[in-house]
Amino acid sequence: MSIYSRLAALSGAGALLLAVGTTPVRAQESHIGTMTGHAAAGQKLYRRYCVGCHGPDGDGNGENAQWIDPKPRDFTAGLFKCRSTPTGSLPTDEDLFNAISRGFVTTNMPPWLPLPPQDRANLVAYVKTFSPRFATEKPGASITIPPEPAVTIDGILRGRATFQKLECWKCHGPTGKADGPSASTLTDSKDNPIRPYNFAAGLPRFMCGSTNADIYRDFMTGLDGSPMPSFADQLQPAEAWDLVHFLRTLQPLDTPEALIWKQWVATHGSELKPIGPDNGGM
Amino acid sequence: MRITRIVMFAGAAVGAVAVGGAAAPHHDAGGTVTGVITYTGTPPKMKPIDMSKEPTCAKQHATPVMTEGAVTGPGNTLADVVVYVSAGDQGGAQASTPVRYDQKGCQYLPHVAVMETGQPLEIYNDDETSHNIHPMPKLNSEWNKSQPPGTPPIQTSFDKAEFIPVKCNVHPWMHGYFAVLKTSHYTVSGPDGAFKLEGLPPGKYTLTAWHERFGTQTAEVTITGSETQTVKFVFRATPY
Repeated sequence: MSIYSRLAALSGAGALLLAVGTTPVRAQESHIGTMTGHAAAGQKLYRRYCVGCHGPDGDGNGENAQWIDPKPRDFTAGLFKCRSTPTGSLPTDEDLFNAISRGFVTTNMPPWLPLPPQDRANLVAYVKTFSPRFATEKPGASITIPPEPAVTIDGILRGRATFQKLECWKCHGPTGKADGPSASTLTDSKDNPIRPYNFAAGLPRFMCGSTNADIYRDFMTGLDGSPMPSFADQLQPAEAWDLVHFLRTLQPLDTPEALIWKQWVATHGSELKPIGPDNGGM
Repeated sequence: MRITRIVMFAGAAVGAVAVGGAAAPHHDAGGTVTGVITYTGTPPKMKPIDMSKEPTCAKQHATPVMTEGAVTGPGNTLADVVVYVSAGDQGGAQASTPVRYDQKGCQYLPHVAVMETGQPLEIYNDDETSHNIHPMPKLNSEWNKSQPPGTPPIQTSFDKAEFIPVKCNVHPWMHGYFAVLKTSHYTVSGPDGAFKLEGLPPGKYTLTAWHERFGTQTAEVTITGSETQTVKFVFRATPY
């Protein structure tokens, strides 16, 4: 027996002892579809691609963090903005996988689509090891998103009334320019200043996905750790879809909703009361 | 060393037996601890809150509401201090009466709401404006829910003991706390700094006094019957 194989055998026994001696307190795997991600493989990838911003301890204090706004995510808190699960619950593995794949528009987090899916699954498994919550809690149940109704001017107008009633404008602004009365005071859960989403900036993308269903999901889950609350108890599915359709009219883009809206406003615009404190309910 | 350890262990065991003998129902009889919370040093000055951005709240207050980070009274007394049994409590039935927390006039009432772990908490919006209620715990999970006017109370509870800051992102001056405790023996100091903790069964207790800015102070008390004892808590206040 060579000295090397003896050493290998010894370290193998050591690892086994460690595995037996300590209960596994952290989740080590991720499951995305038929893929299984492994934390050990994810760690190597993390140290190459993620550590610069998110830091070796996953607390968001990487070398680059001081130059970045909004700050990189602190994984130790187990708190994530983009989830399919109710506010206060952990995201699913798919949620984290989608977040890594999609990146976060308006932040420094790029889409990681160039990494093979298996690598992204491994990263999900490793990111989960930073928070003890993943070992002791299960993710919430993903909210269901009913089929989207057809866009109608009546639906858009109802959505507009909801935008007024639920006071979305207090942060996002009466015309979606992120200039509502509370906008300048917003802070995230780490007391860092944070901006509401500016619909008028004309970005075709949203932070947690860019389809109408993604926007619907944002209302229902809230963006945990940010000022955006969950409206799950306040919005019926039909109301939420109406609100999605209205929000699309705030974007200076040729969305189907915006086209219907512009046509209507051209003839009926004078009937509209402006959104805001003096609206008096449509 | 080994002998010392055994002796210490035996001492602890005797203590535990002595304490364990008393299982009086909470708050019925037993001893009382009273006192006044005071501070030395200079606390920050509380400032008037400008609620002009929320007229429906501003109109509810004849004079501006003051910030509540360190509410003091005459004679260097300190309000909103939670005094509770942090060691020695024998435990009792799980509290099932809901704790009520109100958002009224764009203020949290009370500023510090005390509850036991698992105890139901009901959060009301009494205002004509939407609030979003956003507790920011470290041990429990953080959530954030919108609560428009006229909607039913949000019903929740917290499983782990901790002091949880609460804020409303829409009205950035709104700050409060949920004090989640493992004991039913607690009280909060009033505007004059006075507190009264009643119904302590005979036993040895550690009392902790917690203030949101000035940290914690502790005191040891031994209750033998239905006597009233006085305990002093003095916080060191700093302006920043």
